[in-house]
Amino acid sequence: MDAIFLQVLNGLDKGGAYALIALGLTLTFGTLGIVNFAHGALFMLGAFCAVLFNKIITFSVKVKDESITFFDAYKEQPYLEIWWGDIGSTIIDYSIPLSLLFTIPVMLLIGVIMERGLIKHFYKRPHADQILVTFGLAIVIQELIRTFFGANPIPSSAPAIVSGSAAIGAWFGLNDSLVYPWWRLIYLVFSIIVIFAVFVFLKFTTFGMVVRAGMADRETVGLLGINVQKRFTIVFGLATVVAGLAGAMYAPILPPNYHMGMDFLVLSFVVVVVGGMGSLGGAVFAGFMLGMLQSFASMNEVKAIIPGIDQVIIYLVAVIILLIRPRGLMGREGVMDD
Amino acid sequence: MKISIKSNLIIMLIFITIVLSAPIWGKVIGAAYPDLLQKFAIFALFAIGFNILFGLTGYLSFGHATFLGVGSYTAVWMFKLFSMNVLPAIILGTLMSGVFAYIIGYLSLRRSGIYFSILTLAFAQMAYSLAYSVLTPITNGETGLQLSQQDPRYLDALFGVAVSDGLPSTNFFGLSMSGYSGFYFCAVILIIGFYVSLKIFRSPYGLKLTAIKSNQKRMKYTGFNTRPYLLSAFMISGMYAGLAGSLMAVTDPLAGAERMQWTASGEVVLMTILGGAGTLIGPILGAVIIKYFENIFSALNTAELHSIFSFMPKFMENIFVFITNPFVGDGWHLMLGVLFMLVVIFLPGGVLEGLGKVTNLFKRILGFKSTKQGASKGESS
Repeated sequence: MDAIFLQVLNGLDKGGAYALIALGLTLTFGTLGIVNFAHGALFMLGAFCAVLFNKIITFSVKVKDESITFFDAYKEQPYLEIWWGDIGSTIIDYSIPLSLLFTIPVMLLIGVIMERGLIKHFYKRPHADQILVTFGLAIVIQELIRTFFGANPIPSSAPAIVSGSAAIGAWFGLNDSLVYPWWRLIYLVFSIIVIFAVFVFLKFTTFGMVVRAGMADRETVGLLGINVQKRFTIVFGLATVVAGLAGAMYAPILPPNYHMGMDFLVLSFVVVVVGGMGSLGGAVFAGFMLGMLQSFASMNEVKAIIPGIDQVIIYLVAVIILLIRPRGLMGREGVMDD
Repeated sequence: MKISIKSNLIIMLIFITIVLSAPIWGKVIGAAYPDLLQKFAIFALFAIGFNILFGLTGYLSFGHATFLGVGSYTAVWMFKLFSMNVLPAIILGTLMSGVFAYIIGYLSLRRSGIYFSILTLAFAQMAYSLAYSVLTPITNGETGLQLSQQDPRYLDALFGVAVSDGLPSTNFFGLSMSGYSGFYFCAVILIIGFYVSLKIFRSPYGLKLTAIKSNQKRMKYTGFNTRPYLLSAFMISGMYAGLAGSLMAVTDPLAGAERMQWTASGEVVLMTILGGAGTLIGPILGAVIIKYFENIFSALNTAELHSIFSFMPKFMENIFVFITNPFVGDGWHLMLGVLFMLVVIFLPGGVLEGLGKVTNLFKRILGFKSTKQGASKGESS
């Protein structure tokens, strides 16, 4: 029972990350009709936004270490601590949550530049060309990050107050020894909030209404005198921001390295296709479902029955679903039908 | 009988001359090492095979590295179990990839477009992670499959081949496959592979494959069942990849799972696109260009850059070194990515299209009348 409960949490957690990335991917596809293979790289850029922010605020100077008296010892002290004392160290401690404020404008900017500078020219080209050019872009982004930040993963820590584990067993009246890392719980809540926010934005604002209308019938909306293109560009920026946020918050869970984007890209594409191209609900549902499946498949009891199932379960499910439900779970008719 | 410049015979003669004289023209561009030339031939073969699927039918597979890996593993197992002779290894490597291609193609080809790409990618990822984890008894996991002294090699034992002290090397009926003889072996295979692809391109079968690319629906309406054509094209291209993979094992008898990674599949896509998808010699050109520049650029370092730009004033030299430094050495992949994007954006037809444009330009400048728009050197389809 405890093990199952833990796996449910694990699955929801993984699913949250998949759903966030897939959401942006399917949004770009549904609005602009672009198959964006660079989306994983955007996720990675988000994580490195957090790293960069952390680097900026911990910009340090060498000072004499007073605690060591035997010899002259020096330590690095961030300027922020020198200037603001305790407030400064608190800010540094909370660098990951604070970095979201930095990530949002940066990612929005990157998204809009990318759409205006590159993607725009690929609306009318075949999907194969779109895949190829964004694949090239993903390599470029990835290698640039490697040039500047190196090839090794950069560990980033969550704020001290949530760095431990939550006694989650006690909350639900289960075994007291059942604990779960705080940050993962926060990530789960965070992903649900972001997904919810995107849905509210698309369902209950005028902007979202126009975007949904444009997804359904772009031409007619254009004929009504609405500049659909401009809104779609913003939606692309939004998708970039969602990917970036997912990446920035993921930094304490997985130390960012330059190829994490590629690892997630393949998975999130599978998620999108399983959910149905261009379907937002499908992407979220498929994200959580595949996350769950993956975490249950990695239980030792399951692995004992079918060895190696944890490695392939997602792809296996994707293959089966695509073969029996060609449009994915919630795919609409007429989207990418041939 | 009239022999035109584009007849099979002439093309094959030119091709054979170019391939077999590679050690000579390789010297001019500084590529005359057997290792590098072998790489040219092997990747050219891989790209030719990929082109039969992507160039003719337009189905973009992102999982072709699987077949490369399967070919390599099979070949190494043949070396371990039966004989160090390369012939059984490459034959079985090719056949084995054909079997895999049949299974994967049978399932993936039910869908087209992006779904097909994702399905092949999913299969490739499955194969890759299985090779790393559960299939370790067969693939030897992260270390990779290698020869060892204790291998049985039943056929060799049967025919009384002398057992040497060190690890045995691959041979072709006694001819050792190291150095230039290895290259010539690959070259002969490449020539055969090219001939087969030439025949496919110029057959009614090839025509039907291109018909699938231009309009599959219409072709179905005329009464063709397109599926057998697609499946056979997928199998043929998978077998080319398996052949290339087993040749890799021939030149260097070990196989690792990283050969099946999806970046490897991406590389062959790039080669095909760079040279010109759907053309006969485009993929070969692309493979040679990429492997050649990889060899040059990944060997450069900062000190060498300084000496290259040393003819400039000091501050200019520093600026140029600063700009080019991220692109060389380890940064070769950055260069590859940029190249990839530039080709897709500006030259969707690849280098061959670029060459065609340049020749047309010259023809116009010199006053020849260009009758065909965008005529290219190869067999554009």
